[in-house]
Amino acid sequence: MIRVSLPFHLRSLANVEREVKLEVAGEPTFAAVLEELESQYPMLQGTIRDHVSKERRPFIRFFACGQDFSHQPTDTPLPDCVRDGREPLRIVGAMSGG
Amino acid sequence: MSSVRIFVGTRKGAFILSSNADRKNWHVEGPLFPGLEIYHMQASPLNPDRIYASQASDWFGQVIQRSDDGGKTWKAVGNKFLYEGDPGTHQFYDGTPVSWKFKKVWQLQPSLFEPDTVYAGVEDAALFVSKDGAETWQELAGLRDVRGHEWMPGAGGLCLHSILQNPANPNQLFAAISAAGVFRSDDAGQRWRAVNKGLRSFEELPEADAEVGHCVHRIAMHPDHPEVLYMQKHWDVMRSDNSGDSWHEVSGNLPSDFGYPIVVHPHEPETIYVIPIKSDSEHFPPEGKLRVYRSRTGGNEWEALTDGLPQENCFVNVLRTAMATDQLDPAGIFFGTSGGQVYASADAGNHWTAIVRDLPQVLSVEVQTKS
Repeated sequence: MIRVSLPFHLRSLANVEREVKLEVAGEPTFAAVLEELESQYPMLQGTIRDHVSKERRPFIRFFACGQDFSHQPTDTPLPDCVRDGREPLRIVGAMSGG
Repeated sequence: MSSVRIFVGTRKGAFILSSNADRKNWHVEGPLFPGLEIYHMQASPLNPDRIYASQASDWFGQVIQRSDDGGKTWKAVGNKFLYEGDPGTHQFYDGTPVSWKFKKVWQLQPSLFEPDTVYAGVEDAALFVSKDGAETWQELAGLRDVRGHEWMPGAGGLCLHSILQNPANPNQLFAAISAAGVFRSDDAGQRWRAVNKGLRSFEELPEADAEVGHCVHRIAMHPDHPEVLYMQKHWDVMRSDNSGDSWHEVSGNLPSDFGYPIVVHPHEPETIYVIPIKSDSEHFPPEGKLRVYRSRTGGNEWEALTDGLPQENCFVNVLRTAMATDQLDPAGIFFGTSGGQVYASADAGNHWTAIVRDLPQVLSVEVQTKS
């Protein structure tokens, strides 16, 4: 079971708590997690990555196990601490004020 | 008994202001979608329980919200706005070509004829239509065939901000774009042509009377005379008596003919309202006096409406979609400001009061009248 934590506005949009849990078939990569997340919560399509190009939106970051994976290819396998459920994959809105 | 609801979109959420026909005491509901920009909210004229809202965020992109119960509950619907084919390029600010890229929805205009049809005006400028209540969207790509490669953004972006449908002819649509101009379709949005003859943009364009490129801020129409269009241009207030085939200036005695919104009285097709702004370099009212100007002659002769509006030290702006009327008699006129005030007049503009004073910056104001 993969844990994914969402930023405030996406939690509101998907009507979920801070974390969701996902069963991901096959090799658990970042792309596979996002596919499953958007499949279960279709209202999130287009809010984390582009509908067509699948590029990460510029002000979204992917953090896990104390590392920033935002600029890694999305077919990168998830780190062990996320794969084994010890920590969530953190989808984060970049810091902002105003 | 009649009632009025004002849909207020702001930088940090939406608000619904409700009153009875007296329009004296108001109930304020909100914020809806707190913390997020709501560019526009609009109810269907055919189904008052159906309301659409454009929720935009630099972080999380575009979301379209729809309510089918008058605003009690909301559902995120389709947000997939894909340009048809290879969209090519338009001009950037510096004149270089740049690829079209969807950024946000500025205007949601439910059809006057089909309850599940709604139009969306977007940035980078294009017109989309949904025939299933905003679940899916298709571009009306013929619009960008009208020299779209020459269009350029204004300071607010290359936005399609005004969509009008002729209430006597469902196939006639108007779209206004900043900075491209006004365009008309007579076949329900398949083919378009520029209708900018008579617009003159000496300050903004190398060729003042170019076919496209004019910075149109807003257009308006009265349903009883759909061939008459009014326009607040970047500079100049304009009028067309032939569905946009030609325009003439009606700025008359306005203290400044720069501004953003323009609306038509709901029962008097020749009565129009604008809010003069000092200039495109100083986006606040002339002399620090917030004045609505009314013309009862379809332009040229204007009177200042000031009773209840701040007449000193006022430096707010009023954006293009932030003014609207109700359908009651006497007419209600409403507008919202960059300072978070929403002003109301229940007597066609003679007297004004602030319904609220401390909302986030107001982006849009629309009014729903229930009989």
